Amino acid sequence: MNADAILLMVLSLAVVWGGLLVSILVLRARPERADFPPGGDDDRREDDAITERDT
Amino acid sequence: MSTTTTDTSPPREQFTGQVGFILSAIGSAVGLGNIWRFPGVAYENGGGAFLVPYVIALLTAGIPILFLDYALGHRFRGGPPTVFRRVKKWLETLGWFQVMICFVIAIYYAAIIGWALSFFVYSFTLKWGDDTAGFFTGDYLQLSDVANGGAWFTLDFVPAVLIPLLLVWVATIVVLVGGVAKGIEKANVIFLPLLVVAFSVLVVRAIFLDGATDGLNALFTPDWGALGDMNVWIAAYGQIFFSLSVAFGIMITYSSYRKRRANLTSPGLVVAFSNSGFEMLAGIGVFAALGFLAHEQGVAVADLEGITGPILSFVTFPAVVSQMPAGPLFGALFFGSLAMAGFTSLISILQVVAAGFQEKFGLTRRQAVLWIGGVAAVLSVVGFSTTTGLIALDTIDNWSNNIGIVASAVLMCVFLVWLLRTSPELRYHLNAVSTVQVGRWWYVCVGAIVPAVLAYMLVSRIVDLVQNGYEGYDETYLLYVGWGTLVVLVVGAVLLTLPRWRRSPDDFVAWPAYPPVTATTTTKGAAR
Repeated sequence: MNADAILLMVLSLAVVWGGLLVSILVLRARPERADFPPGGDDDRREDDAITERDT
Repeated sequence: MSTTTTDTSPPREQFTGQVGFILSAIGSAVGLGNIWRFPGVAYENGGGAFLVPYVIALLTAGIPILFLDYALGHRFRGGPPTVFRRVKKWLETLGWFQVMICFVIAIYYAAIIGWALSFFVYSFTLKWGDDTAGFFTGDYLQLSDVANGGAWFTLDFVPAVLIPLLLVWVATIVVLVGGVAKGIEKANVIFLPLLVVAFSVLVVRAIFLDGATDGLNALFTPDWGALGDMNVWIAAYGQIFFSLSVAFGIMITYSSYRKRRANLTSPGLVVAFSNSGFEMLAGIGVFAALGFLAHEQGVAVADLEGITGPILSFVTFPAVVSQMPAGPLFGALFFGSLAMAGFTSLISILQVVAAGFQEKFGLTRRQAVLWIGGVAAVLSVVGFSTTTGLIALDTIDNWSNNIGIVASAVLMCVFLVWLLRTSPELRYHLNAVSTVQVGRWWYVCVGAIVPAVLAYMLVSRIVDLVQNGYEGYDETYLLYVGWGTLVVLVVGAVLLTLPRWRRSPDDFVAWPAYPPVTATTTTKGAAR
């Protein structure tokens, strides 16, 4: 491969996969807010409730 | 804490949690376009230099419009007709327009997954032989020879196409009858990891093939001059837009199945970057394989034909597989990946239709899925398992995507941002429930950049179709099947708006209240 192509391939992967990695880390660091506006209880469930497995 | 609610809408299903939602949303976004569209588009629009407009398009159009969909579905809690009606009564028609787009796309998308299943089986014996083009259109599809007086529409069914297509529909209906948590989410939890593993094995093998570096050179060598070409930028916005499955109801519907107190933006970023990450992987795999094919045929990569779309998958790739060491195994991996990527998208597309009917006509999930799935399956079989299926598919795909979805996106942005001025409320909603905050830049993206770029795309595409037709197909045929598709979308949307709702969606109070109540906020623990 020529140098330009290698550089652009590495850069592309760094930007896109790096973006994915950063967004996963951001999500893991703060999966949900601790504070919400008042209210917002969930709708009644149609299906049988299943154990929540939130990150 | 007790609350009173005036919400009389039926109880809503939910994903089991954040992971289930993210996997399902990625499964929907990662589809056939990631595998067969992105590599060719990148190659033809500046190679490595395409990265620049691509990333800018992702940040200024893809992610903002994904957030718009999430905010709409999550705040107004329904499929597109319910959501848009709750925004403004007369906007319900736009919701049905999106439902109609999904219905039309589902009926031909299933056919392609059926082809992938057939080719998955053929891989084991390399049944396509040396003439892969002749095999695909001739032996397999038995395509009507329209150039030499063949019929434009027949009911001559092709069993090899019909049987896998029926299997796809049965599987789709079974998954959707299972519901959001036990059907859609479970299918994605199984198929998405399997897809990533299978496709990664394929890509790693491909980059070690002789000639692979020539392919990667072709894909990544930058042509910086392309950045001055407006069409390259349009191509980048188009790729991001079509690839993310935004603006035709899917992400609205999926986000409506998240619990109310749920983070939206950070999972959205994971979904958007996963989709692009998979595309990048596909680009490397496809071009490494094309480099190998060019090497075996003793030609340059630039001289290869059929590097995008169905021809890449069903003509060019079988040729690669035939020449690869352990070809049958890698053929099976490729077509298996294609089928899985398509299937997880198909279930999301059809769920939009099922949700729309379920909510308006007071149907149970099972009734909605069986009716919608049944009708869609019949239309799919009649239209696409015959000797004229490929032509119909190609035409309907072009009109429903390039005109239908793009028009839907432009209308959505213009109505919500400019006419109804809903964007501050939606941004407030995103920020109230999410950890990553959305700044004012979002208004610029969904109010100006997205509608401007997409409106330009829409107008230039319409002008081109009117002036030049499409693929050299017969004008009368294009009038009925191409423009006719558009008429079906619009008329269907209007007709479905007319009946009365079995349960009014209007006595609904959106949470959190907007303008915000400034008093106190509750902590998660105290609320439970």
